[in-house]
Amino acid sequence: MNLKPETLAKIEAVIPRYPVKRSAALPLLHLVQEDAGYIADEAVEWIAAKLDLQPINIYELVTFYPMFRRKPGGRRIIKVCRTLSCALAGSYKTAEAFKAAFNCGLDETSPDGEVTIEFVECLASCGTAPVVMIDETLHEKVDGERARALAVEIRQAGGPASAPTA
Amino acid sequence: MPVQETRLIFKHIDAAGYTNDLDCYLRHGGYEILRKAVQQKPEELCEEVMKSGVRGRGGAGFPCGMKWKFLDRKSGKPIYLICNADESEPGTFKDRQIIHKDPHQLIEGILISCYAIQAKTAFIYIRGEFPEGARILERAIEEARSKNLCGDNILGSGYSVEIFVHRGAGAYICGEETGLIESLEGKRPYPRIKPPFFPAVLGLYQCPTAVNNVETLCHVKHVIDMGGEEYAKIGTPGNSGTRILCVSGHVQKPGYYEFACGDLTLGQLIHDVCGGLRPGRSLKAVIPGGSSAKILRAGERYTGKLKDGSSFDWGLEDIPMDFDSLMAVGSMAGSGGVIVMDDSTDMVEALANINAFYAHESCGQCTPCREGSLWMKKITTRMSHGQARQEDVDLLGNVADQIAGRTICAFGEACSWPTQSFVLKFRDEFLNKARAQAGAASTNGNGAVPLI
Repeated sequence: MNLKPETLAKIEAVIPRYPVKRSAALPLLHLVQEDAGYIADEAVEWIAAKLDLQPINIYELVTFYPMFRRKPGGRRIIKVCRTLSCALAGSYKTAEAFKAAFNCGLDETSPDGEVTIEFVECLASCGTAPVVMIDETLHEKVDGERARALAVEIRQAGGPASAPTA
Repeated sequence: MPVQETRLIFKHIDAAGYTNDLDCYLRHGGYEILRKAVQQKPEELCEEVMKSGVRGRGGAGFPCGMKWKFLDRKSGKPIYLICNADESEPGTFKDRQIIHKDPHQLIEGILISCYAIQAKTAFIYIRGEFPEGARILERAIEEARSKNLCGDNILGSGYSVEIFVHRGAGAYICGEETGLIESLEGKRPYPRIKPPFFPAVLGLYQCPTAVNNVETLCHVKHVIDMGGEEYAKIGTPGNSGTRILCVSGHVQKPGYYEFACGDLTLGQLIHDVCGGLRPGRSLKAVIPGGSSAKILRAGERYTGKLKDGSSFDWGLEDIPMDFDSLMAVGSMAGSGGVIVMDDSTDMVEALANINAFYAHESCGQCTPCREGSLWMKKITTRMSHGQARQEDVDLLGNVADQIAGRTICAFGEACSWPTQSFVLKFRDEFLNKARAQAGAASTNGNGAVPLI
């Protein structure tokens, strides 16, 4: 594992918070994913060893919790809420607009590696539907037009995309 | 007459100049109630919470004082407090406001609650999709620690407590308290079977644990401030305090509003508070307490008797927005998420949307829920995409009826109630859809007889 020193420091700080080491599994998965972009097999084994667990104990988490990625995503991750309140406000059209703007389907990374587009379940901001999370930022009232504008912003802010590496 | 909001929890939220840092909170009298609380006996605080009658704001509406009373204090094991900030019931977005805009109110509520139940460690389990909220809470805890409001020997009282923020990772089932506990222990969030695993006895690390919603813990602060009896005067008997209602869907002014429980009816909420429906549209249906709550159809009449023996005869818009009234009309106040649908809504598609959510979120532990939620999704999705059959309507009801009551946790009920209520109340629309599609299929363009 080639984790950044600051990630390693955070990992060391978080484990003693818990009376039982295993509780640090989700925090470690988050930290590793923030650092590496996804959870590789190597990361599963590394975290398991770190917490005195078997790899299956970590693997079963990665395969259960939707937020963990098993493969690298695009440079930005676009999560469109598809649950009822957002759908009533047109979130399926929002998703279409993103798909068209980046020329890729749902759960796919655009050919230029710029974005991965996903549908997610309720993001708990139903009063400002439809909502979208781009990486860690929530965007509210994202209709098709706003989605197209956001796509332009993403491309402009882009610079050279870090090509997905497996 | 316009109904007035009673802002207790949301007093400062969205107020001009109010920020989420400690200095601002202190300027508004922050942590004064904690200061008073730690000079009282813990049992007295629990007694006040009991007297207040405050009910859990996460969905089940269980009295908070009772939950605390059940804590096993004889075992000698440490007691834990978990703040359930996994807000994920579709239609609900109240905790997000508290966490982002007034985090210290929550921290103070947690500290008072910890002292009352004598917990030395509290965890805030916050949903993974609130990364900013998690950072805000971490910062707020550090600020509180710097002023000796949290940590060792808080405010010189001899009482020590630590609060940690723990992030989830996108699983709705973590909102179920025993699933949450499993998740906090680093496992898949498979809910535990009760009995024996009541959190109050065998909770986190098999120790007595209180799991309370964000809003509930904020209410505790106000209960201790006002005194239980005084607090209970807000709202109606059995439905004390204020309630935050989150309104979304087809209204002009969706948003979050706080009222004394029972102060307003559903009609007032929709028409007066939320500015009514979009122009030219009429009300079709309302889900009153998060997506699992049974749907209410416009034009229905509800008659029956309330707990106090009085009889009622209400239309949809007359229903008071409190726990008992919504239960009396066959739905629930749940988490306070009100989803309004106008006459443009296709109810088959709306149900398909909800079913897709539950199929995705079922943890898979119990067969009736895992398979049932999946098939309800498949059937309603198929019906929405031109493949509806008349018999699907009864089939859906049949599948739904075989889930509730046959699962370890309440997710079974949560996923079957939408289907049961949609199919019952909009049966005509489901059947019409099948009829219309059958008609369309038989006129296949060439005038030839259908072969299959």
